[in-house]
Amino acid sequence: MNNFTYARAVDTADAVRQGAAVDAKYLGGGTNLVDLMRETLERPSALVDVTGLSSAITEQVDGSLLIGAAAKNTAAAEHIAVRTRYPVLARAILAGASGQIRNMATVGGNLLQRTRCPYFYDQDGSRCNKRSPGQGCDAIEGFNRIHAILGAPSACVATHPSDMCVALAALGAMVHIAGPDGQRTIDFADLHVLPGEHPELETTLRPGELITAVELPAVPFARQSAYRKVRDRASYAFALISVAAAIDIDNGVVRDMRLALGGVAHKPWRALKLEAALKGQPATPENFLAAAELELADAKPLTHNAFKIELARRTIVAVLAELTGEIA
Amino acid sequence: MSIKDAAQAVMKKAVQAAPDAWMPGSELDPLIRQKHGLIGTPVSRLDGPQKVSGAAQFAAEFPMDNMAYAALKYSTIAKGRIKELDTATAEAAPGVDLVMTYRNALRMKPAPPFMSSAKAAGGDDLPIMQDEEIHWNGQPIALVLAETQEQADYATSLIRVTYETEPAVTVFEDAKANAEVGIFQGQPLHVETGDAEASLKSAPHNIDVVYTTPRHSHNPIELHAVTVGWEGDNLRVHDASQGVAHTAWSLAQVFDLAEEQIHVTSPYVGGGFGSKTLWQHHILAAAASKLAGRPVRLMLSREGVYRIVGGRTRTEQRVAIGAQADGGFDALIQTGTVAMGRHNNMPEPFILPAMAAYNSGSFLLRVEAARMDMLSNTFMRAPGEAVGTFALECGVDELAENLGMDPIELRSRNEPEKDPTSGAPFSSRHIVEAYRTGAKRFGWAERRAKPGTHRDGEWLIGMGCATATYPYYRMPGGAARITLTKDGRATVEIAAHEMGMGTSTTHTMVTADRLGLGMECVTVKYGDSHFPGVVLAGGSQQTASIGASVSAAHRELVTELLKVAGKDSPLPGLDADEVIGLDGHLCQSDKPGRRESYVSLMARSGRDEITVEANAPPPLEATHWSMHSHGAMFCEVRVNAVTGETRVSRFLGSFDCGRILNPKTAASQFRGGIIMGLGLALMEETQFDERSGRVMNPSLADYHVPVHLDVPKIDIIWTDIPDPHAPMGAHGIGEIGITGVGAAVANAVYNATGKRVRDLPITLDKTM
Ligand SMILES: Cc1cc2nc3c(=O)[nH]c(=O)nc-3n(C[C@H](O)[C@H](O)[C@H](O)COP(=O)(O)OP(=O)(O)OC[C@H]3O[C@@H](n4cnc5c(N)ncnc54)[C@H](O)[C@@H]3O)c2cc1C
Repeated sequence: MNNFTYARAVDTADAVRQGAAVDAKYLGGGTNLVDLMRETLERPSALVDVTGLSSAITEQVDGSLLIGAAAKNTAAAEHIAVRTRYPVLARAILAGASGQIRNMATVGGNLLQRTRCPYFYDQDGSRCNKRSPGQGCDAIEGFNRIHAILGAPSACVATHPSDMCVALAALGAMVHIAGPDGQRTIDFADLHVLPGEHPELETTLRPGELITAVELPAVPFARQSAYRKVRDRASYAFALISVAAAIDIDNGVVRDMRLALGGVAHKPWRALKLEAALKGQPATPENFLAAAELELADAKPLTHNAFKIELARRTIVAVLAELTGEIA
Repeated sequence: MSIKDAAQAVMKKAVQAAPDAWMPGSELDPLIRQKHGLIGTPVSRLDGPQKVSGAAQFAAEFPMDNMAYAALKYSTIAKGRIKELDTATAEAAPGVDLVMTYRNALRMKPAPPFMSSAKAAGGDDLPIMQDEEIHWNGQPIALVLAETQEQADYATSLIRVTYETEPAVTVFEDAKANAEVGIFQGQPLHVETGDAEASLKSAPHNIDVVYTTPRHSHNPIELHAVTVGWEGDNLRVHDASQGVAHTAWSLAQVFDLAEEQIHVTSPYVGGGFGSKTLWQHHILAAAASKLAGRPVRLMLSREGVYRIVGGRTRTEQRVAIGAQADGGFDALIQTGTVAMGRHNNMPEPFILPAMAAYNSGSFLLRVEAARMDMLSNTFMRAPGEAVGTFALECGVDELAENLGMDPIELRSRNEPEKDPTSGAPFSSRHIVEAYRTGAKRFGWAERRAKPGTHRDGEWLIGMGCATATYPYYRMPGGAARITLTKDGRATVEIAAHEMGMGTSTTHTMVTADRLGLGMECVTVKYGDSHFPGVVLAGGSQQTASIGASVSAAHRELVTELLKVAGKDSPLPGLDADEVIGLDGHLCQSDKPGRRESYVSLMARSGRDEITVEANAPPPLEATHWSMHSHGAMFCEVRVNAVTGETRVSRFLGSFDCGRILNPKTAASQFRGGIIMGLGLALMEETQFDERSGRVMNPSLADYHVPVHLDVPKIDIIWTDIPDPHAPMGAHGIGEIGITGVGAAVANAVYNATGKRVRDLPITLDKTM
């Protein structure tokens, strides 16, 4: 057996101290990590249970909202501030997994869940650069319907599967981190990385670093925000494409906006080009479409996922039309 | 055609030509006339409380002393041989008792493959862990036995193996070049009358299109499992089985034992659908148990089920129909190719529905099987019909569109009076009635004939319908034992199966009605290979088989009781046909006042119990008459115009399946079949990587079946018209529910969007 130790961390310092052990892993709800351990894809030497650390969800004086990393997905989705000030986040969380899983899963764990690429999971029978760097990738010419179209993937075409993270990307969240070298805060956009030649590296976290909280900046117009997830069955399926968006319209003109895509890349995809193209422009379907096309101009289909480009385009336009329709 | 096949064909003609009176089913089962019993009343499952309280023991829950747990290691190539197999680390791992490979496994014979003889149950006829040869990607190459399941699972990950690969045929397009006509139940799957191709060409209206359906994997919620132990040379098998007698006999062939030496029981089964027959895990567990000298439990992982239990194979079907302007068919063509393993014989018989569904001036129906290096495919709920009705019934819808005719009207214009390909009379066929009542209840008249014209915001709404059909089967070998005790209680013993359908409950009701006892006085025992009968829970034939067997045994029992009754009883000189059971008594049928209670008859006999056993008559009725179940399926879908997502918003199944014995369990069977059909229509697909022959989605997270939110309210109605030639007037109903669903959904999607999706599943990329 892969033996490992298990201990509950009493506070952040304790967690970081324990997390410094070689091959230690932080344990949230375990809904992903324990699965991966069963598949022997993860073989930690020590599990540091961090579910007892802060799960508080607090509104701060500057208007931001701080969500403790140990908050359950369900608790975050149900929180009144999340529901009213950041509906996009509440809806994204509720679009994911199942009630039972959301009751177990933590915010910290959700951020770091791993891809659902079947070739990554098939340790015995398939090649995977993420699992065994340099081995090759069987997904590129295999079943890749759920795989990436953006981010110029070459060594790995896996996607990040989280719904919650798409909303966090759109909201421009911050991630609070504690580690052996102290504490730091990074932009959510800088947490996950594109695969490049090293798909085994998925985040910019350094060894032993712990996520302590996620901070949502005050984005007043996020009260009008939406999340739309397109998938292969009505529930309990990962996104083929998802869109998280918030938009601020003044007199028919886009004053500010945020948009991120899920299911398209190795990381939650903030659509910066689209945002830039639309800011200051009239909020019309034609402009939405033109901006979506701009964002997707670099999209590269694989053998089975060309439909995703058109699907992303359409879903972006539909979500923006819905949001602006609501406002108007 | 072999001599055996030729002889069968001659027999078939003779049975068809013989007078009705010679046939089983020529006389009405007395239960059909009886209108006031339990039959037809909704009765909850008798084993429900055990199941929901966890008291019901399933195959992997039987304890055995000193038992060890097994796990399997599977091959990762499709064809070739094992070059190196290093098991040393696994053997040294904690808790490991044994690592079994081809090097140390017992010498065993291959399992007799399904349909190769009456009791054969094997998935294929391959040698099992006897040599280094690999025949499919996923074949077991080693078994680890350990003190705990976790230790066994872990140790399998320590086995190191290398292979010498050989070229394998894993690409369907390549395999098609060598396809041959399929042989099913001894008959080539080829029916030809008239010149269908010529009639097609000359017909004023026609369609000629190709439909495809993907592979499906079995996903019963209970994983395949056995707990086995040897007692000397006798093997005890706690199984999850839909064929206990078949499994016992087949295991006896593998281990060279007498059938009686193998005892297979299976009191509860968490779903079978055609998959709970004999696969390698049974044999490997028994072999490991022998080698280790201790009982073994082997429960497959979900991945294991995908790797070693066959599923439904892929099909490519051409449907071409030529018709006159009035809709009458001149030609009906359904031909195509299915993928099939190299070592089994299950050419998915998708032409079966077309053989009896419609009149046509000419027919060309043919299934070709293309052999591939893959896991042996097998039966899955309505094999043939589930995917055959998809193609056929979409084809009929396409023709209706072409003719500008309502699809229900087109079907009724081609309604046959007798079986259009065999010429046999129908025993009972009320499909037109099922359509009429179904259409009315569903609101078919509201459907807009022009596709794409009904919209609600982003959602396009459409309706579709299709015919459901499944044959009435009754397999040879039915037999049952009845014991009546002096307190007037009866016990039936029959080697039949309860897989959650409600069989044991329903046959308690039927037997109670037959005997004229309350249900509390009747016990039905089943799921034991030492009981009488060879009763497969397959082909929806169990109901008929049990019914005919119990009816035969019942006749013996009554004859025996009348014998002991003697002259002093109120029933002297009557024979079994002249009495019925009522309120705990045997009564003269036309004078129910003349009667004597079972308790009193037993007292007269001076015996504590009377046990009788009888065989069901050979199932000739199914050849003499054309016997089928029917249904009309109605579906309403909403297809999102932006994203292509399809949501089924309403569904109605209107069935004509003879008399419905227990409306409660029957409705569940119909609904369950329809839900599985929604999966077939919209999402189920085994991702078989044609480069490696490997299944890439072996889990319920990646292999999609409908979740609650995918299932709308499903309305179920039925004609309840008894089939005069079937025992109890009833048909088995386990499979018909899945038939026609794929087409009803696809036709509704067309009506909603104007897009014909001819390639299942109907995922959003095909409709957006
Ligand atoms: C069947 C199924 C369906 C699902 N469907 C969806 C879906 O549709 N959409 C979706 O978004 N998700 C889905 N999920 C994934 C689910 O959201 C994640 O499993 C869950 O959010 C992970 O949270 P957890 O607390 O259980 O993490 P764990 O499994 O405990 O941990 C996951 C990873 O995060 C690390 N970690 C945990 N906490 C911290 C911390 N504080 N700091 C640093 N590292 C940490 C762990 O070491 C591990 O590497 C599904 C999961 C399953 C099993």
